[in-house]
Amino acid sequence: MTLAPGTAVWFARHESRLGWRDWLSMITAGRRERLRRVVIAILVFAVFMHFVAYWMVGRYADAPIDKPMLVTITASILLSWFLMISQAMESMTRAFYSRSDLDLILASPVAAQRLFAVRIATVAISVAMMAIPLAAPFIDILVVRGGLRWMGAYGLIVAMGAAAAALAVGFTVALFRIIGPKRTRLVAQVVAAVIGAAFVIGLQVAAILSYGTISRISVLQSSAALAHAPDLGSIVWWPARAAMGDWLALIGVLAVSFALLVVAIALVSPRFGEYAVAAAGAAASRVSQTGRQSAFKKTSPRRALRRKEWTLLRRDPWLVSQTFMQMLYLIPPAVLLWRSFDDGNGAYNLLVPVLVMAAGQLAGGLAWLAISGEDAPDLVATAPVPASFILRAKVEAVLGVIAVVFAPMVAVLAILSPWHALVASGGIVIATTAATAIQLWFRSQAKRSQFRRRQVSSRVATFTEAFSSIGWAATAAVASVSLVLAIAPALIALLVVAGAWIMSPRMAAA
Amino acid sequence: MKHIMPPTPFALEISGLVKRFDRPAVDGLDLTVRTGEFYALLGPNGAGKTTTLRMVAGLLRPDAGAIKVAGIDALADPVAAKQIMAWISDEPMIYDKLTPREYLEFVAGLWGIAPALAEERAQELLSWLDLAPHAHERCEGFSKGMRQKVALAGALVHDPRLIILDEPLTGLDAGSARQVKSVLRERVNAGGTIIMTTHILEVAERMADRIGVIAHGKLIAEGTLEELRLQAGRTNGGANDGASLEDTFLALVAEQAQAA
Repeated sequence: MTLAPGTAVWFARHESRLGWRDWLSMITAGRRERLRRVVIAILVFAVFMHFVAYWMVGRYADAPIDKPMLVTITASILLSWFLMISQAMESMTRAFYSRSDLDLILASPVAAQRLFAVRIATVAISVAMMAIPLAAPFIDILVVRGGLRWMGAYGLIVAMGAAAAALAVGFTVALFRIIGPKRTRLVAQVVAAVIGAAFVIGLQVAAILSYGTISRISVLQSSAALAHAPDLGSIVWWPARAAMGDWLALIGVLAVSFALLVVAIALVSPRFGEYAVAAAGAAASRVSQTGRQSAFKKTSPRRALRRKEWTLLRRDPWLVSQTFMQMLYLIPPAVLLWRSFDDGNGAYNLLVPVLVMAAGQLAGGLAWLAISGEDAPDLVATAPVPASFILRAKVEAVLGVIAVVFAPMVAVLAILSPWHALVASGGIVIATTAATAIQLWFRSQAKRSQFRRRQVSSRVATFTEAFSSIGWAATAAVASVSLVLAIAPALIALLVVAGAWIMSPRMAAA
Repeated sequence: MKHIMPPTPFALEISGLVKRFDRPAVDGLDLTVRTGEFYALLGPNGAGKTTTLRMVAGLLRPDAGAIKVAGIDALADPVAAKQIMAWISDEPMIYDKLTPREYLEFVAGLWGIAPALAEERAQELLSWLDLAPHAHERCEGFSKGMRQKVALAGALVHDPRLIILDEPLTGLDAGSARQVKSVLRERVNAGGTIIMTTHILEVAERMADRIGVIAHGKLIAEGTLEELRLQAGRTNGGANDGASLEDTFLALVAEQAQAA
């Protein structure tokens, strides 16, 4: 079928073709021959997730619509929706600032607002499409166990995607107007990162402050929360009711969400081009005066490399926000630690693995930036220093940041419980070393700006890095109680790291 | 700019250099560049120019052959060879979040140059390349020409004896290109050696002391422009007298293609 060029449908086909190819390239890391293996892996993972979902939600399929149930489902919906808004804001910022085909479209004689309308709608669709695979196992189990009424949850996800895209567009445009295009990019990306984590962290902090536990459920199921919750007939519960098969509520939620999206498209798409041009102008006139003139310092190549890594990290707030996202998750344990000063409860066993896990994850991100994310690889490779020397300096830069971030928390822990501080220190050192080593074994040349997609280049590295951090966190948790019992999880973590080494490209090439 | 005394007669000696990817990229190449010479390496796309120069700079490991930089075996002692050379590619690789001054301080640190000397050279280079007003601005907003000038300043701040440039004038405006060419000429006048690949034959014609033509990974002709004309004319029955480098280059490449 031939579509008339320049129409919304024609643009939609163009966008969907680009989106599909981009997605394929992302899941196969640019190698189409991997597609079969990737599809098999996805299917296996989907089956596994259905078992997990059965274990987690199977028993709630026939639960009555009462307040505790509505509170729990609403909280889960809010948590997912915050993540969707975060994702939509990321996409909207990229739509404004990524030049890719904008110059071509803006220079062409077609009515660009149709494309921009399609592009905003695409954000809504992509956000929903990303959420559906994650939610599908849980919904499927509820449908199988509780009946077709749970199919309403799929409709709710579509509505959440539309509302998230509408809010993201509104927020980004508001930022454009208030703080200008130059600052919007950074602020929007930082806000997106914070929004994604804010809800879950907020619940955890509330749980700690109220009940001295890190569990979110304790807040949601508390008598105080239930007492303050609105009546069963309140409009607040419509999304939860929609998910549970109340068709009227679902139609209401869908109508409101699509109305928001249509308004956002109608208001923003005619001016999208102006914003994109302003964003391009802001990028072109980016001049940052940095510091005063100071004399060149006496340095060694190693120190020069370390200092360069730290300066680059410090000067890229977006990278900092992405890298230090993990640090947000340290807020709840920090609050727990602070509370422990007063009542001295036995929360340290919980703190130690959280610190170790966060250190491993942060080290992995930083190690990728320092080792693989080198913007001037030729310069560094042609420097008159051995390659091993350069790697050592970069690893030192990573370890330096980890030390600065975690030392204060370990110091506070040392005052409260020297034994737990010792175990945490050991765990942090080992998890950091393991994550850095994995990034070393799987190193590849990339731009620092590709940080967001670093997971795509090697899934083995991504998964082993995550499982290694989890393994060392578990080891530290058990070691806090018994060193002998910690041998088992330590061996598993070691196996994970050894597996990464065996599967690394350098080992495979040898 | 300090005067550089030529310590050895040859800045670069390549013999029997081989590098294969899917097919041979460099196929038994022999090449010699004298100290204090401006040498232009020409060739069609995919001829093996960049691969050759990346092996000299230590960015690629050859499958076979030998490379000597100012008498130093670059494969056996790459660190010593790197100490006296600099590499600049067509895509200037600099750090967006560093200022030109910080970039030069970093490069000087990598090459172990004394801070006072490095600072003096940095200031000289920044002024020379009209970068002084931008010395404290981060490079992220710089044009391609400015980025290339920052990269060039980085290459010169450690006072290399051999500078290798891969298409350094690509994408530069006329003013920036002239500045870069003038800086390179000054280096040669000061006794430095320059090896440059370029597709802008006019630049090679005007600036190079000698020109090498490479095709299918082999050196097919070498010499001054006059000598190249003679080589090309031999097959054309002397028809190349007074021909431009472009005509000569195309004749040589066509001759090689026929022979292959």
